[in-house]
Amino acid sequence: MEWETVIGLEVHVQLSTRSKIFSGSDTTFGAEPNTQASLIDLGMPGTLPVLNAEAITKAVRFGLGIQAEIGHTSVFDRKNYFYPDLPKGYQISQFSRPIVGKGSLEISLEDGRKKTIGITRAHLEEDAGKSLHEDFRGMTGIDLNRAGTPLLEIVSEPEIRSAEEAVAYLKTLHSIIRYLDISDGNMAEGSMRCDVNISLRPRGQEAFGTRAEIKNVNSFRFVEKAIQHEMERQADLLESGGKVVQETRLYDANKNETRSMRSKEEANDYRYFPDPDLLPVVLTSEFIEQVRATLPELPTQKIQRFQAEYGLSEYDARILAASRDLADYFESVTEHSGAGPKVSANWVSGDLLGALNKADLDIKQSPISALQLAALLKRIHDNTISGKIAKQIFEILWAEGGEVDAIIEAKGLKQETDTGAIEAIVDQIIQGNPDQVAQYLAADENKRKKLIGFFVGQIMKASKGKANPQIVNDLLGAKLGG
Amino acid sequence: MHKQTLAELSRALSSGAISSVALTEHFLARIQKYDPLLNSLITTTAEQALSQAKMADERRKQGKATALTGIPIVHKDLFCTQGVRTSCASKMLDNFISPYESTVTQKLADAGMVMLGKTNMDEFAMGSTSETSFYGPTKNPWDLEHVPGGSSGGSAAAVAARLAPIATGSDTGGSIRQPASLCGITGLKPTYGRISRFGMIAFASSLDQGGPMAQTAEDAALLLEGMAGFDPKDSTSADLPVPRYSDTLNHDLKGLRIGLPREFFAEGLDAGVASLIQAAVKELEKLGASVKEVTLPSTSLAVPAYYVIAPAEASSNLSRFDGVRFGYRCAQPKDLEDLYKRSRGEGFGAEVKRRIMIGTYALSAGYYDAYYLQAQKVRRLIRQDYDNAFHEVDVLIGPTTPSTGFRLGESARDPLAMYLSDIYTIGVNLAGLPAMSLPAGFINGLPVGLQLIGPHFSEAKLLNIGHQYQTVTDWHRQQPAQFA
Repeated sequence: MEWETVIGLEVHVQLSTRSKIFSGSDTTFGAEPNTQASLIDLGMPGTLPVLNAEAITKAVRFGLGIQAEIGHTSVFDRKNYFYPDLPKGYQISQFSRPIVGKGSLEISLEDGRKKTIGITRAHLEEDAGKSLHEDFRGMTGIDLNRAGTPLLEIVSEPEIRSAEEAVAYLKTLHSIIRYLDISDGNMAEGSMRCDVNISLRPRGQEAFGTRAEIKNVNSFRFVEKAIQHEMERQADLLESGGKVVQETRLYDANKNETRSMRSKEEANDYRYFPDPDLLPVVLTSEFIEQVRATLPELPTQKIQRFQAEYGLSEYDARILAASRDLADYFESVTEHSGAGPKVSANWVSGDLLGALNKADLDIKQSPISALQLAALLKRIHDNTISGKIAKQIFEILWAEGGEVDAIIEAKGLKQETDTGAIEAIVDQIIQGNPDQVAQYLAADENKRKKLIGFFVGQIMKASKGKANPQIVNDLLGAKLGG
Repeated sequence: MHKQTLAELSRALSSGAISSVALTEHFLARIQKYDPLLNSLITTTAEQALSQAKMADERRKQGKATALTGIPIVHKDLFCTQGVRTSCASKMLDNFISPYESTVTQKLADAGMVMLGKTNMDEFAMGSTSETSFYGPTKNPWDLEHVPGGSSGGSAAAVAARLAPIATGSDTGGSIRQPASLCGITGLKPTYGRISRFGMIAFASSLDQGGPMAQTAEDAALLLEGMAGFDPKDSTSADLPVPRYSDTLNHDLKGLRIGLPREFFAEGLDAGVASLIQAAVKELEKLGASVKEVTLPSTSLAVPAYYVIAPAEASSNLSRFDGVRFGYRCAQPKDLEDLYKRSRGEGFGAEVKRRIMIGTYALSAGYYDAYYLQAQKVRRLIRQDYDNAFHEVDVLIGPTTPSTGFRLGESARDPLAMYLSDIYTIGVNLAGLPAMSLPAGFINGLPVGLQLIGPHFSEAKLLNIGHQYQTVTDWHRQQPAQFA
């Protein structure tokens, strides 16, 4: 049977607020256990939550970024369950009235296809702490540093149909979150975590099959692998006459498999009810408009503008708009080099990104600043150096830093544009290679185009790459005739 | 000294007639002598009290005293007090030394008050008799065979027996007013949001409100001035200025419109109580008030709605007592589930467990709409009733309780009867209104309380009426003979 995969994603994004959602504690990652847990985070008797307004602003930014409805009145509820890393015995979350309502996200697939994935809702909640199972000789330690960190849980419609779409959705979401500056999106540190709901149905069938939920998958690659594995597991099960059980599963990256954590029967009744310690959050239209006014240009808009304004291909535009920092870098290079957007696009997406990827750096850590790269491209553009020399200087800038013009000067890399000097070299090469000259003269138009390369190469070599290629070509053409 | 009100003691302190140290020593001695009879205190903080008293006397010398400086006080044992056990009268928190101070007790300490100790109460404030305490029941100073009411029974008994000039209490369904009534003192439950709940261990968050338990309305006014005010640490506290309640106590009552809710004088009210309330109303008429009957049609729904909402909130509020971070932990837990089950099973008393179960049930999938949502609708109706009544009258007057209360041990046999005895007080919490209980006479040597209910943030008016009433009556001046 041909199966169709139905996927819905729940993504938890840690909002990058300075303090926690309901207490004044710091939210920095990686501190010593329990050094960032206040009386409130510990759930001390008598303590009360006070909402952090920054979390609200960030949630609203997200909502506006995905053109979603913003809840003018949203309510915090208590989700009741017992777990040692949940200090109050309930998590403050939003159940019936979330801050962000329906929205959508457009994703682009490898084959150029575009698809819109609906977002059901996004709500604010507090993160739990962590249970530490090592180092306590059979006992469990609790670290409550993370308890109370603000989370935005973003729930998609079950409109994703493959692992590729799921990853594209997550990457798009990640990019938007970074553009909006609401989270660092660091998946390795758990700032962005993903639960995957997945089911199969015979192609053409309307009703959904029974789904399994895979919890806490923490990288794009693992999401892809977990989905692939789970699709196969469910297909095998269904084809052998079995049934998918509604349950929560865990993805084990080491074994590349999912395994059952708990079944529906064991699921908690969370007994949601409005938290009486917190008032409903009422947002005025003025406030929402104020937040809207601070929104940056978002990836989709930027990709369109790069195509329209700079004449870039969609492919290049997409690469350069992948992050706000990269896009800013590209635009800065373009503005300061005067070499034209296509040249800067080639250098940024080619040489620079290549080097960064190789060194596992992101654009903010680039050893070459946008102004340095612009200075380099400027010197290509005004014929001070050739493209080939530019690559040499790029290496120097990467390894040692420095100022482009000073490097050109110090290393004598300036392009030779003195026709007389180049002519002397051209003459010398023509005289030194009579056989090749004869071959060239005997050849037809097509072969000549290939053979001329030999002479150019020899001349460039003799000039240590500094001869202006245009002048070389012109002189060769004139001297060899034809 | 113990025969004087807070206001009188405050004047004696400022005239130099007495010192705070002397006052504190006097009350500590009374506690030592009489509390074994009453069991009104869970913890006495003698050493700390004497050092606070010395500081208060010092402060007075520097001319920085307020009306409250140097006055001893006892706090209900659900206000967190730093470095001092805060038990909620529960085995669960018997070992809990609070690492921080509640806003209320901090404000009073900042004003220079001297904490003598922490008072007994129903466990986690759940009860109307102060019998559910892990530390044993508190007795009524007027008759040691009777309960003092609850849940703030320890505070009420301590003030009635003059083991302290004044006390704090908290009121979720009548827990200040009912023990005030049964012990013959003056107790005020302020408007929800008037006093910070930060550091007051929660029973039912949408209903809980701290308040003063005093000998007189004047004393209650002075303490309320020290307790009230906006607290950024409590999202439900009201960001409104605090009036000088003690400045308006002597306003006359001419033109005051009093409403008598028909439902408060219906079946179930003891005839003796009814006639004492009528007598009190007569006194107020003499002071210039007019009286008319009003109706609160949803009154009979208040108790059932309360017994859904309060346990629902409590079931969640008390989840943090899990044996993991603080409080009681069972011995040798086998695994996590065993740790939870035995820590909570052994740490909580029967009444607390009963309410956790009721609340858990009411919030469960499939029952939420029928119970919790329905109760919230009833809550709106009750509030509407009061709003309507306050279009016609300025305040409502009625009894605080239907009778003079239970004998020790009586309520445990019939919890439902105990729940129903809160019929006049509970609606006020559901509506978030301020209300006060004032001594209005005695039946067979047991005090009877008069309840005043006002619109939101009308504490000044209630205290004004209470004070005027107390200028023409002396019920509040009576003291139980055994503790003279």
